[in-house]
This record gives sequence, structure tokens and C-alpha cells, in this order.
Amino acid sequence: MGSTSSTLLKIPNAEVLMQETGFSPAHIIRLHDRFKALDKEGRGYLCPQDFGAIKELAMNPIGDRIIGAFFSPGKETVDFSTFVKILAHFRPVDKDRPKEPNSPEPINSRSNKLKFAFQLYDQDKDGKISRDELLKVLRAMLGMQVTEEQLESIADRTIQEADLDRDEAISFEEFRKSLEKVNIDHKMSIRFLR
Amino acid sequence: MESYLFPFDSLICMLLGISFTVWFTLLLVFIIVPAIFGVSFGIRRLYMKSLIKLFEWATLRMERGAKEKNQHLYKPYSNGIIAKEPVSLEQEIQEMRRGGAEPEFDMSDIFYFCRRGVESIVDDEVTKRFTAEELESWNLLTRSNYNFHHISTRLTALWGVGVLIRYGILLPLRVTLAFTGVGLLVVLTSVVGLFPNGRIKNYLSDKVHLMCYRICVRALTAIITYHDSENKPKNGGICVANHTSPIDVIILASDGCYAMVGQVHGGLMGVIQRAMVKACPHIWFERSEVKDRHLVAKRLSDHVADESKLPILIFPEGTCINNTSVMMFKKGSFEIGCKVYPVAIKYDPRFGDAFWNSSKFGMVNYLLHMMSSWAIVCSVWYLPPMSRMEGEDAVQFANRVKAAIARKGGLADLLWDGGLKRGKVKEVFKEEQQKLYSKVLVGSSEDRSRS
Repeated sequence: MGSTSSTLLKIPNAEVLMQETGFSPAHIIRLHDRFKALDKEGRGYLCPQDFGAIKELAMNPIGDRIIGAFFSPGKETVDFSTFVKILAHFRPVDKDRPKEPNSPEPINSRSNKLKFAFQLYDQDKDGKISRDELLKVLRAMLGMQVTEEQLESIADRTIQEADLDRDEAISFEEFRKSLEKVNIDHKMSIRFLR
Repeated sequence: MESYLFPFDSLICMLLGISFTVWFTLLLVFIIVPAIFGVSFGIRRLYMKSLIKLFEWATLRMERGAKEKNQHLYKPYSNGIIAKEPVSLEQEIQEMRRGGAEPEFDMSDIFYFCRRGVESIVDDEVTKRFTAEELESWNLLTRSNYNFHHISTRLTALWGVGVLIRYGILLPLRVTLAFTGVGLLVVLTSVVGLFPNGRIKNYLSDKVHLMCYRICVRALTAIITYHDSENKPKNGGICVANHTSPIDVIILASDGCYAMVGQVHGGLMGVIQRAMVKACPHIWFERSEVKDRHLVAKRLSDHVADESKLPILIFPEGTCINNTSVMMFKKGSFEIGCKVYPVAIKYDPRFGDAFWNSSKFGMVNYLLHMMSSWAIVCSVWYLPPMSRMEGEDAVQFANRVKAAIARKGGLADLLWDGGLKRGKVKEVFKEEQQKLYSKVLVGSSEDRSRS
């Protein structure tokens, strides 16, 4: 009852956002509505608690990490531009986009999707997934259902298979190599309805 | 000077007198008499049909206007903005394993949880149930005018006329009717209360309740279609229905007699409650008694055990949902062990949004919104009675009833708790996810070690 909706004119930097992310005007409007719905107090930005209020996200074993991905280090708020740019990672890859040599890589490229997934593992952002970080993710996804030994054996086995330069950690290149054959576009894309 | 005014004075008095008489006659003929006998002239249905034609014209006009200006019309999707594939965790993980290898942990497993998480950020099932539903066509109320800037002057004029009619004519009319209905309810139930207990009293009480609720239905211009009336709740049972607004009570009670359940209130509500209970036994709880679950259960079972008492009306969701889905039923009413009569109520959102968002609007604000809508159109389905089966516990029974109601009313059947409107997700749900994932990984490695 009595809700006002956005038009493209009311959204700041809509044109720039569409250029950078590749979302259509209708998508931007819908995302803006969603942003406003999450921003219950109407402050114009989101904080971690606003994300935490989403029930399905709270139920997700790595929900906290996903929320963390929205906030750059040191920042405690997310404005609409950042919100859209992060969600742009999940747009399906544009197969018919012309490859201009000078244009920057699109946000939803395979490489950028992998980078997004990498940062979910690499919480201290040092460019490597250490054994400890891997254990933490495993613990989050499996909870109390497995023993410490089982977790450690899984972690050791994973590092053994992926770690090519034997430094006991997985760098981004090793991460990318180990997922060569996985259809990233399918697994890390969300289909937006027109 | 004074003699100059006298002829006008008497003229005014005469006019007032005539208009009052006309008003009361109209009221009596068109509202009160049909309410007593439960018949209808069909005026409201005619009104509804003309409104539909008007709304379709308005939407076409808007689409034409948008095409002329070469802009996109904003079409809201009530199903969500993303396509969610109902793929389970096991299927995803099987697919991600390359070349039929044994399911072990893989770095890509995180993609499933990541995607699910981001999907829920963009669009989640629960939050949108607690806000009003979006509409595809415009019904000349400001509530859903996403395309307002596409509207021509003709449409704006029509909208203005609509506002005048709704607030200037319909609203005062409805408010007077509402007062009449409530007033009559209080007075007549007190009168019936003076009779000695017996068949005559019950008969009169039923008639009085029905008549007053029917007047209230007309006060809201509610156009209700009842389906499958042969399944109407009988004495000695409980009637459960999905909850969208406080009006649900009036809608159901104008077609049958129920015993109401609720907390004792002060003020006007309290007066109404005390009057109603004089005519027939309703169940009103003091605030302190509500917390004591055993006391509540006992009073309900005692009422149900008495065959002469009316069926109890309960809304197990516990809160108002926006009528696109049915949320988890609280198991209390399903533990009593008597016959349950499910009822599905579905409102047609084109004419007026009946959902009460109690965190945004107070009761008076809500009633004003209701009475200044065009109409409230809804359908009521009476489902055949259900009982608890052998080996079924209260929660399973509640879910079975909920599924039946959701199916009949065309609403989505959700596992979520209506209490999530205000509360936090229980840890249990997260553990479920973790259990599922660990079964896929560890369960299979156990098989391997055995072989």
C-alpha cells in the first residue's frame, strides 16, 4: 500500500551503471526497488544487518562471507552503485559482445566470476588460500556433521591436488587451473527475467 | 430581519427532513432487509463488472501512451525478478564432478552456496510475502501507479474523479453503514442476552450475528463468492483459514455462525466483545491467560466437546500474510483432536488491496484505506473436513491442512514461519543445509572406504 517506485530518472548514475554492468533499464529499476526494500530505514545505503535480515541468506552456510563480499575492506556501508556492480558478477556471460581491444574486461567475465569466488575463500586477501582458510570454509559448509580429522584430510587432499608450486597454499592461478573444466558461466550466473 | 429568514428556515428543515427519510428508506430497503434475509439485489456485482471494464480501458490507454513516447512500460512480475532453478544440492554437486569421479570435496562446491546466497539477496521468497502484492494493470488507486508519468491528461482527470467519488461519496456512506452495523450488533446481542438459554436464544443469536455481519460486508462493498457450501463447518469442530486481514472474520462470519477466539481488548472492541458473548459463547482470553498453553488448549477442547456450541474460528498463521502464499501453521489448534474444517480465502487484488501490513499501518489507517477502495472482491472455498490420521503428529497434520488450503486458493505453500516477519531464522535451518552437504561428501567416502 502506498509504495512509490523508481523511474530511471530518479536513480543516480543510471546511464553509467548500465554501461559498466550491462544491465538493462528494467533490471536497474528492479534492483533499485530491491535495494530500497532491503534498506528498511531509507538511509540510502545498506549495512551488514540489512543483509542479515534476509532469511534465506541467514540460512546459507556461507551467508556471512557472501555479505562480506559486498563491503570493501574498511567500509561499513554499501551504496546502490556498489550493490549493482557486485550483482553484475552474476549476469550470464554475453556471448555476442564484440571484443574491443581497449575496453576493460566486463564485470561478468569468467575471470571476474572466478575472482569473486576466490575472495570467498581468501578472507585475508593476501592472494592465496592457505590451509587454515580452506579449513574455515569447510567447517562453515559442513558444520558439526563431520569430525576435525575428516575436515583436515579433505583440506590436505584438496591442496595436494591443486597446489602446483608446492607452497602449501592455492594461488588464484592454481585455483583457476583446477576449475578449468567447470562450466563457470552456468554455475555462477543468475538468469534475470526481462 | 428575522421574519425574512423564517421561510428559508422552514424550507431548510423540510429539505433536511425529506433527505433523512429518503436516506433511511433506501438504507432499509437496500441494505438492512437484504441483510436480514441474506439475499442480494446484484447491484454490487454490476458495479464490479463496470469497474473491470474501466480498469482495462485505463491500462490500454497507458500502454498506448507509453508506445507513443517510445518508452518501456514497467511490468512488475509477481513471481520475482530472477528465474530460480529448483535444483537440489545433490544434483548440483553430481553435475559439477567431471568425468564421473567419486564425489569428494571440490573447490567449485562453493559455487552452489554462493549462487543461492546471491539469488536470495536479489529476490527472496519470504520478504516479498510481507509487502503488498504488485499489480499488472492499474486500478486507478495510487497504490500501484508505477507508470504514472505515462498517463495522459484524460486518465489523470479520470483518476481525480475517482478520488472524489471514493473519498467524497463512498467513504462517508461506508462509514455510516459501518457504525450502523456495529451499533446494531452491540444493541441486539445485548437484547438477545436477556432471553433464557435455549433453542430460541440460539436461533435469535444466529440471526442477529448474521444480519450485523452482512451489514458490515455491505459497509465495505465486499463482493464475496462462496464455493462448496456443502462443506460448511458444523458444531463440534474447528474452522481454520489463511489470514490476510482482520476483515477475514467479517467475510466468514457473514455466511455462517462461528465462535470467535481472541484476547480481551479495552475500548470499543471490548464493548463489542462483551455484548457478543451475552448472546452466544465466544472464547475471549485475558492477556495473562494467553501465555498458558495448557489453559488455552483446555478451554478450546471443552468448547469443542459441547455439541451445542458453534464451531471455533481460528487463523493458525498467527499474523497477516499478503495473500500470495500460506505460511507455517502453528500447531496448537491441531493438537485438540477434533474435526478440522479448512477454508481458503483469496482476495482479488484488482479492486483493493486487503492485506494489512501491521508494521507500517495502524488499524484505523487500514480501515480508512479499505473503505476508500473501490470494492473488496474475494472468493471463499470451503474444503471437506479433515481429521488427524493414525501416526500423524500435530505438525504433520497442520502441514497437510495448509497444503490443501494453498492448493485450493491458488496460493504458494511455504514452509516458512509467519513469525519470521519479526523474528530471526532458527539455527536449525542452517544445520539442515550443512547436513545435506555433508551427506553428499562424507556419506560417499564412507562407501568407498568400505569397498
